[in-house]
Amino acid sequence: MISLIDLYKSFGDRIVLNGVSLSLEKGETFVIIGMSGTGKTVTLRHIAGLVAPDRGKVMIEDVDMAEASSSERARIRAKMGVVFQSGALINWLTVEENVSLPLVERRMFKKNQIREMVLEKLHLLQLLDAKDKMPSDISGGMKKRVCLARVLVRNPDIILYDEPTSGLDPIMSSLISGLIIKMQRQFGVTSVVVTHDMNSAYAIADRIAVLYQGEIIQCDTPDRIRNTENPVVRQFINGDITGPIKVD
Amino acid sequence: MGDGENSLAAKTRGVLLSVGERLIGIVTFAGFCILLFLKSVYYMKNILRRRNEVFRQLYFAGVKTFTVVSIVAMFTGMILTLQTGLALRDFGLEETIGNVLIATLTREMGPFSAAIILIASVGSAMAAEIGTMKVSEEIDALEVMSISPVYYLVMPRIVALTVMLPVATIYVNVLGVIGGAIIANSHLKITFDSFYFHVLESLQFKAVYVGLFKATVFGMIIATISCAQGLQARDGAMGVGKATRNSVVASFLMVLIVGFYITEIFFGNKL
Repeated sequence: MISLIDLYKSFGDRIVLNGVSLSLEKGETFVIIGMSGTGKTVTLRHIAGLVAPDRGKVMIEDVDMAEASSSERARIRAKMGVVFQSGALINWLTVEENVSLPLVERRMFKKNQIREMVLEKLHLLQLLDAKDKMPSDISGGMKKRVCLARVLVRNPDIILYDEPTSGLDPIMSSLISGLIIKMQRQFGVTSVVVTHDMNSAYAIADRIAVLYQGEIIQCDTPDRIRNTENPVVRQFINGDITGPIKVD
Repeated sequence: MGDGENSLAAKTRGVLLSVGERLIGIVTFAGFCILLFLKSVYYMKNILRRRNEVFRQLYFAGVKTFTVVSIVAMFTGMILTLQTGLALRDFGLEETIGNVLIATLTREMGPFSAAIILIASVGSAMAAEIGTMKVSEEIDALEVMSISPVYYLVMPRIVALTVMLPVATIYVNVLGVIGGAIIANSHLKITFDSFYFHVLESLQFKAVYVGLFKATVFGMIIATISCAQGLQARDGAMGVGKATRNSVVASFLMVLIVGFYITEIFFGNKL
């Protein structure tokens, strides 16, 4: 369903992705882990079509996102949602207005239908009490949940999560992890999750890819990752200071 | 000697490279602005759907700048009258200060003053707001939701400033005349009747519509440049600051340059 083929990306002199290739099946939950600055978010942004690769291809449903026409990209994006790390809420809209934004702009539903759908998602994410608040009045974790509600309200086939549990308390982290699993089991949603949270990664992933210095060094099931022999992966998942990864 | 020549050649190449990069940057930005404006014109077919945002921007550009526009307009009229009136008095022509004031205000100072105020207060705010949205991934979020940032953010701002700048210009002209009348009466001992008689005598329809046309063009330019700078912001708060500063400088320069050419087109044949 999603294929990254030999992806290269540099920003100035800094090589971020150095030949990344991945293939995701429909309905799979795929987790990307790795140290900060290794290109996890850049990989996610390539899948979302927000960044064009220097070399290589991002294929979604056999459409090359970099070469696609704007209408074709819009068609693919209509099936896709992104949960941004910062929440990326429009700051002059209330929580409820933010969640209803994609439905209001698509004009496919009546006002009362939109309100019903929005309230259902806000309830699911325990945000009903905050529906009239402005983004500046809610915490970072709540912003992230509002962003997730804004994604879920569109019923996407593909959801890309950028650090969905960072900054959340353990209970809210479990809630989000549970939701990712539920989206996969009930609705067959394909998810790509970038995270540092290993507990969440083990809980939700069908496969985990480890990105190191712009390359995928291991891509396996959670059990195999947990018991890996690769010293770099082992150091990362155990959080050891000593090992092949040099800590500056 | 050889090393000296090499070093000179390297320095020259460095300077040329830097000038070339700068020129390419300016041309690329100009192209980006033109495309952004054309896309906004395309999305104006959806203006009714974005009417709330247009009104929100009209409120920011109009109501929120009301006080500063009023002060600048009054003092522009007062300064013009005082400076020009004193010079005219040397020739015994101070009675004609109304003629000079209305010609200066309607042709140049009205649209120019209004543009400067709106560049500083509204244009910079547009660049900062859109720039902040860019670096905090809100623009990306709109794109992923298949909502064009040009339709959602840029078009309403261009419409609002294009409408508001001529309105602000008329207001500056009226208040400038009132400020001028006060100074003409208090400092040059010209009666209000005489002052207004000369103002009305020299009030030309062409000067008014050219001034308003200028203001309309200035509104489009300021909003387009400010939004373009915002959309190109990157690297966090520092990038937003840079975008804001660049939007003010670029808007100011473009207002001066375009203002000159509009004057040249409409009044150049009188030289």
